[in-house]
Amino acid sequence: MKSENEIIDDFTAREYEFGFVTDIEMDVLPPGLNEEVIHFLSAKKEEPQWLLDWRLKSYEAFKRQKMPKWQNFEAPDVDFQDISYYAAPKDKPKYESLDEVDPELLETFEKLGIPLNEQKALAGVAVDAVFDSVSIGTTYKDELRKLGIIFCSMSEAVKEHPELVKKYLGTVVPPNDNIYASLNSAVFSDGSFVYIPEGVRCPMELSTYFRINSQNTGQFERTLIVAEKGSYVSYLEGCTAPRRDENQLHAAVVELIAMEDAEIKYSTVQNWFPGDNEGKGGIYNFVTKRGICKGNNSKISWTQVETGSSITWKYPSVILKGDNSSGEFYSVAVTKNHQIADTGTKMNHIGKNTKSRIISKGISAGKSQNSYRGLVQIGNRAQNARNFTQCDSLLIGNKCGAHTFPYIESKNKSAMLEHEATTSKIGEDQIFYLNQRGIDPEQAVALIVNGYAKEVLNQLPMEFAVEARKLLSLTLEGSVG
Amino acid sequence: MLKIKNLHASVEGNEILKGIDLDIKPGEIHAIMGPNGSGKSSLASVLAGKEEYEVTEGSIEFEGKDLLDMDPEIRAREGIFLAFQYPVEIPGVSNIGFLKTAINDIREHRQLPPLTAKEFLQRTKERQKLVDFNSKLVNRSLNEGFSGGEKKRNEIFQLAMLEPKLAILDETDSGLDIDALRIVADGVNKIQSENNAFLIITHYQRLLEYIVPDIVHVLAGGKIVKSGTKELALELEEKGYDWLKEDALNKTV
Repeated sequence: MKSENEIIDDFTAREYEFGFVTDIEMDVLPPGLNEEVIHFLSAKKEEPQWLLDWRLKSYEAFKRQKMPKWQNFEAPDVDFQDISYYAAPKDKPKYESLDEVDPELLETFEKLGIPLNEQKALAGVAVDAVFDSVSIGTTYKDELRKLGIIFCSMSEAVKEHPELVKKYLGTVVPPNDNIYASLNSAVFSDGSFVYIPEGVRCPMELSTYFRINSQNTGQFERTLIVAEKGSYVSYLEGCTAPRRDENQLHAAVVELIAMEDAEIKYSTVQNWFPGDNEGKGGIYNFVTKRGICKGNNSKISWTQVETGSSITWKYPSVILKGDNSSGEFYSVAVTKNHQIADTGTKMNHIGKNTKSRIISKGISAGKSQNSYRGLVQIGNRAQNARNFTQCDSLLIGNKCGAHTFPYIESKNKSAMLEHEATTSKIGEDQIFYLNQRGIDPEQAVALIVNGYAKEVLNQLPMEFAVEARKLLSLTLEGSVG
Repeated sequence: MLKIKNLHASVEGNEILKGIDLDIKPGEIHAIMGPNGSGKSSLASVLAGKEEYEVTEGSIEFEGKDLLDMDPEIRAREGIFLAFQYPVEIPGVSNIGFLKTAINDIREHRQLPPLTAKEFLQRTKERQKLVDFNSKLVNRSLNEGFSGGEKKRNEIFQLAMLEPKLAILDETDSGLDIDALRIVADGVNKIQSENNAFLIITHYQRLLEYIVPDIVHVLAGGKIVKSGTKELALELEEKGYDWLKEDALNKTV
């Protein structure tokens, strides 16, 4: 596998082959949501009739949906009519050079060790090449094509592999699942599509390199991953660099489908803009992520490191339909200042001998609120289902909150369920102990927090894990003392 | 090396140390004994820079520098090591990884290059043997699930790794059985040299049978009421502390 830099270098050295569609007169649709908007959006993307119909049906569902009330925070008043649902890909950089960019942002990039070209792209500075998901994908595609793997943007998949998209889209997260899933289904902008054919082990970590094309992914991403019988894929989403976006609401949908003996590993590092110290202006990250272990002996594993957004609201879940299938959820959610996280998972055991494992580590600092919410459901036919849940909370300071809402519903007597939970505070004595060995307080906190989150970080692919460790330390800088 | 002059310190307004004078030179081993609540551990905490302790009077000079002016991590980097009476557990943080960070922070402070992986490994092996520390514990999380004795022995292992100039042992002997005590003492004796010094805080003279001090001080009521040779420790064992307390009281009156 080529390193990211090589890919970028390759790419920057090449002429841009695709160019932008220039026949669009209107770059941004005025705010507002109605059928006409969906027609317009679908037409711009040259979508087939069935997809337009699907979007319109989703929009009908959206109109009937109500805002949930069970969450452990006050849901912000989102004015859906105040959002623009179509924007042409931007190719105009905001700045001419890095000198114009906020030095604080640059300092963070520096600490995270992000290459210069990426820094530019992230900050919205002009680069020689235009990075969008289609073109970056192209570099990989040759290597992947040989194995029959499809890895492309959702728009491209709709054009090139309509039969696959049609077959699977919305089968795990139906358009009427919840209000934000309905909205996403009606207006999704783009996203990723992955298809791994039978018996193929994907030789590289698939990543859309959101870090360099974040401008184009939009606020309503749609991701669909299908792993055929006996295949394996590891997918990475997000990046450790702080991402800013003008759009406050982000409502993505991710669907995973694992057939017999297949395995999907999905890792996320989320570091959207969390708002200022007062909590103003941060991203609302309301995501529906669900996978289904459709075939026997299949496996789906979610790993997430959530440090950004003013509100993170999501429950990556697994439907364990196949016998002997297993689902895993590993999560580290860090909140500080006025951030809110209400996250966890659902494990829905349907098949026999299904197993699930939940490891959740919440870290709260400042005046933030951090909730774990989980549901383990054992159906009446799920003989010998097993679940292990561990949710730990770590508090830094005394103005933050940690909450756990673990739900268990078992309809089968043979089920074995284990639940462990701990709440602890970073002790002054732990910090002092490390200080006494020559380690300064910032580093001491970083060590303690990384130790605490180790079990989850170990699940991340190597390079990602290193970045995630740095990210945790950086995120909590200045939280103690 | 260490010069303490008329040191007064308090916690939440209560004066615990009431005028301590102490002079420690390189190569020396000092023992501090005294009854419960006499301020022994407080003295260790003040030296290490624990925040709750407020120094209200007096001075501490370490290697010619004002110790009270330094944050705890700077004191450590300058060469002060405290073997804690109750070492904390830090889950998930590897013993070895933490020591590597510590050593390199200390070296950076002294303008030395960081140890290479090989050098570090070599030092680890060597010191672990020197103080007879279980190699399995070296790779475990810091003190997590260690027995009381293992924690104390880990303190001595860290002491061997970090090579401080002044090592303060705060009741390291408490909770150790006789075999562990002998191993700990053995380790200290091997580390002890002309260039470093030890301040050993203990309740019983038992430890001092294995680590022979140059000077024994008796701390009572926040003051050093008596100093002497190692024989003083034996005398204390025999007579207890009460006679000294009365002595001190008479002196202040």
